[in-house]
Amino acid sequence: MAEKAYMVPNPVMPCRVISINEELCTGCNICVDVCRTDVMVPSSEEGKPPIVLYPDECWFCGCCAADCPVPDAITVEYPLNQRVGWKRKDTGEHFRIGMKNPPPPNTKPPVC
Amino acid sequence: MAHINQAEAREWPYPVNYGKENEVSADVLILGGGVAGCHAAISAAKRGAKVVVVDKGAVIRSGSGGAGVDHWHGAYTNPCSRITPDEVMDIVKSFGPYSFGEFGNGISCYIQCNESYDALMDLEGMGVKVRDVDDEFAGADFRDEKTKLMFAYDYENRYCIRVNGGADIKVALYKEMLRLGVEIHDRIMATILLTEDGRQGGRVVGAAGIHTRTGEFYIFRSKSVILSMAVPAGQWIFSTELIGFGSSFNDPNNSGDGTAMAWNAGAELALMERSGRALSSGFFRYPPYGTGDHNNTWFACTIVDANGKEIPWVDRDGNVIRNVSDRYKPASGQKFFGYGRRGPYDIWGPSLIPDLSECIKNGEYVLPLYADLPGMPEHERRAIWGLMVYNEGKCRIIYDTYNKAGFDPDKDMLQLAVLPPEQYGHGPNWETYGPGQWREVAFGGGGGIVFDWDLRTNLEGLYVAGSQQYSGGTHAHAATTGRYAGRKAAVYARDAEPGPVGRSQIDGEKARVYAPVKRKDGIGWKEMRAGLCRIMQDYCGEYKNEQTLQMGIRWMDSIFESEASRAFARNPHELCRTLENLTHITVGKIIMEASMARKASSLHLDFKRMDYPDVDPPEWNKIVTLRQEKGEIKTGELPLDYWLRPPYAASYEENYRKYCDLKMEGEG
Ligand SMILES: Cc1cc2nc3c(=O)[nH]c(=O)nc-3n(C[C@H](O)[C@H](O)[C@H](O)COP(=O)(O)OP(=O)(O)OC[C@H]3O[C@@H](n4cnc5c(N)ncnc54)[C@H](O)[C@@H]3O)c2cc1C
Ligand code: SF4
Ligand code: SF4
Repeated sequence: MAEKAYMVPNPVMPCRVISINEELCTGCNICVDVCRTDVMVPSSEEGKPPIVLYPDECWFCGCCAADCPVPDAITVEYPLNQRVGWKRKDTGEHFRIGMKNPPPPNTKPPVC
Repeated sequence: MAHINQAEAREWPYPVNYGKENEVSADVLILGGGVAGCHAAISAAKRGAKVVVVDKGAVIRSGSGGAGVDHWHGAYTNPCSRITPDEVMDIVKSFGPYSFGEFGNGISCYIQCNESYDALMDLEGMGVKVRDVDDEFAGADFRDEKTKLMFAYDYENRYCIRVNGGADIKVALYKEMLRLGVEIHDRIMATILLTEDGRQGGRVVGAAGIHTRTGEFYIFRSKSVILSMAVPAGQWIFSTELIGFGSSFNDPNNSGDGTAMAWNAGAELALMERSGRALSSGFFRYPPYGTGDHNNTWFACTIVDANGKEIPWVDRDGNVIRNVSDRYKPASGQKFFGYGRRGPYDIWGPSLIPDLSECIKNGEYVLPLYADLPGMPEHERRAIWGLMVYNEGKCRIIYDTYNKAGFDPDKDMLQLAVLPPEQYGHGPNWETYGPGQWREVAFGGGGGIVFDWDLRTNLEGLYVAGSQQYSGGTHAHAATTGRYAGRKAAVYARDAEPGPVGRSQIDGEKARVYAPVKRKDGIGWKEMRAGLCRIMQDYCGEYKNEQTLQMGIRWMDSIFESEASRAFARNPHELCRTLENLTHITVGKIIMEASMARKASSLHLDFKRMDYPDVDPPEWNKIVTLRQEKGEIKTGELPLDYWLRPPYAASYEENYRKYCDLKMEGEG
C-alpha cells in the first residue's frame, strides 16, 4: 500500500528558535511578557506552555531564558547557520555547538 | 510546543478592541522606555513630576540595551580616572567611543563626559552590581583595589568601566521606576505627536498610539514630552528567514517611529544622510560577540592562526607590543588612548598589525584564526569570558549556550569567522560587510533630532534623549542624556499648563492607523518591508546621485499610494509591523531628501555623491538640517560647533554649568 504523506507550508524559520520543555514549564508566561517582539503567546489553556507564534521575530536576546524561573524549562536554539566551533589548544581537537558526542558541559559559574 | 502556520490559524489570544480610546495624562511623557527613557523617567520622577513611560516592547527588557551592557564609556569623573572631561574635549572636538570626528555633537558628548559616572552610581544605588565586590579579580591590573572598580581598554587612565552586573541593568531600572511611582505602559506603539491645535511646528502637548496586543487606542496628554525611541534602524536590510530579527543589530522595535513622528510634528532633523557599512551584514552575521575576536568585548585577546602562530599586537606607531599587559597601556608619550585606530592619531590605541589583511593574503597567517583565551593571563581570560561575554548585550545566552556545549576558556580557542582577507582587523569579527548597497544608520552617529543645551528640540515642550538625538552613541550616552533631559522636561512641566489636544488630529490618526485591519486582503508587512529596503539599497546605497535619489522618492511615493494603501493586518501585532512600514516610507524619504541636500561627498559621513565627488570641501563642513513647515520641506544649516556659538557661551564648561540644572536638588 502507498505511504501517506502530508503537506504543510514551510516553516518561517529554519529552526525552532525557542523550545520549551513541557514537563518542566509551569505556564507562568513570564517569558511571554519579557519578550520584546511577542515571539510567544500564552496558551489558551491556563498552566500550559506558551505557543511559539513568531519565531522569525526572535532577536536572540536570551531574555526569556534569563528570566524564566524554572531552570532548563526554555531553551533558545541558535539556527545551524549561527553555530560556531573551537579548537582545544593542547590536543588540537575540534568541537562545535551541536556536534555528536559533545564534551561535558563547562559548569564554572560566571564571574558575577 | 507547536508552531502555527496559516493552515491552522487560531484565534488571537488577547482581547481585541480596535479604536477603543484610553486617556492618560502626565507632567512628563516619555516615548520609548529603553536606556535613555528609563533614566529620564527616574530623574523626572525624582523631581516630583508625574511621569508616564510608553514602550513598544516591555520596559523590563526592551531596547538595544535591554539584554545587557559590558562597557560603561566616558566615566571621566570616576575617582580613578586620570583625565578630565575638558581634556577629552580638547583632544577631540566631539568625542564618543564610537563617534569621533567632525560631525559628532558636543553637547551630548560633554554631558556624557561629566555625568557618565554619576549615572553609573545611580544604577549602583538601584542595586546593580558595578564593582568587584566579591574580590574575584583581586590583584588584576584593571582593578582598583580601593574602590574595586574594574576598567577596560586603557588601564592607566581608567575611564571606561566594566559593569559587573550589566546583564540585568534594565531589570533594576524597571524596579526603580515602579518604586518611584512611574506609570509604565508596555506594548504600546506610539504613532503620533499631538501638537497644540494639531499645528505642525506648534507646542507638543502629548502623543497617541496603539496597543500591540489589544489594538486599543491610547491618548497621552502631557505638559512635556521626551522622545527616546532610538535611531531609525533597519532601513536597508530586511529578511527574517535565516536568523529572524537577529538580522538587525539594534532592537528590531527601533524602526524609526520617533524620527517619523518628530518630522511630522515639525521637528528639525540633522545628519539623516549619514549611514555606514558597519553592522550591515544583516542575516549573514554571527551572534554578536559570539565568535572569537580581539575587539570590544574581547579586547585585547591574543589571536593565533590555524598553525598556532600568534598575530602581533602593535602600538599606534606600529611597534610590536611584547607583553599582554602592555596592550592596555598608552604608547610612550601618549596621554591616553581610545578605541583602535579611530579618531585622531593622538588617541589611537593598540591593535593587531595594520597590514593583517595583506599578511593573510600572502600566506604569512593561515585561516582560520582563533582567539587564544588559554594563552591569556588568567585575569584577562576570566574578564573576557565571564565578565564581558555574559554581561554584554545578548551575551548571557551565548555564555550559557557555549558553556553547556562544553566550551572551556581555560582549554579552548574560539574560532573567528572566516572572512575575506581584506575584512580582518577592521571591525568586529562576528560581523562582516554586506554588499555595498547594504547599509545601516551609522553606529553611534546616526541621524536624528537637533537639540540645544536644554536637550530641547525646536518645538516647545519636546525634548530628546539617547540615540534618538542626532549623533547619539552608547549606553552611557543614552543614560546621561536621559538623565539630563528628564531634569529639563520636569522643570518645564512645573510651570506649564497642559495644552489643548485637537479632536481632528486624533480622528485623523485613528483613520490612518486602523485602515490596515479594515481590509480583508492585500500586501503583508514582510513583503512590503523587504520591498522598501530594496528601494533604499537601489537608490540610496553606497553611491548615489540626484537622479537615483529622486527616483527613490518617486518609488516611495508610488508605493505609498498603491501597495501601502492595500496593506492589511490580521491582528494588532501585524498592524504594528504594518505601521512601521509606513514609518519606513517617511524615514526613507527623509534620508533621501537629506542626501539630496548635501551636495558634496564626505568621508566622515561615509557619503558618496557621484555627481559631487569632491570629498569634504570646506564649504560643506556644516550640519545640514531638514524640517517641515506647513507640509513643505525646509532645509537649513548649522555650524559644526553650533553649541559654542551665540546665544551660547564659547566654552563647554560655562554652558554646562548654566544649563545642566544639577544644583537644584543636589543630584550628581
Ligand atoms: C548587543 C548590543 C550590545 C551593546 N553593548 C553596548 C556596550 O557594552 N556599551 C555601550 O555603551 N553601548 C552598547 N550598546 C549600545 C546601547 O545599547 C545603545 O546605544 C543604547 O541602548 C541606546 O539607548 P536608547 O535609549 O537610545 O535606545 P534603546 O535602549 O534601544 O531604547 C529605545 C526604546 O524605544 C522603544 N520604541 C521604539 N519605537 C517605539 C514606538 N513607536 N513607541 C514606543 N516605544 C518605541 C523600543 O522598544 C526601545 O525600548 C549595545 C547594543 C547592542 C544591540
Ligand atoms: S517562563 Fe519558563 S516556566 Fe514560565 S511559561 Fe515561560 S518557559 Fe514556562
Ligand atoms: S530570545 Fe529574546 S526575542 Fe527571542 S523569544 Fe526570547 S525574549 Fe523573545
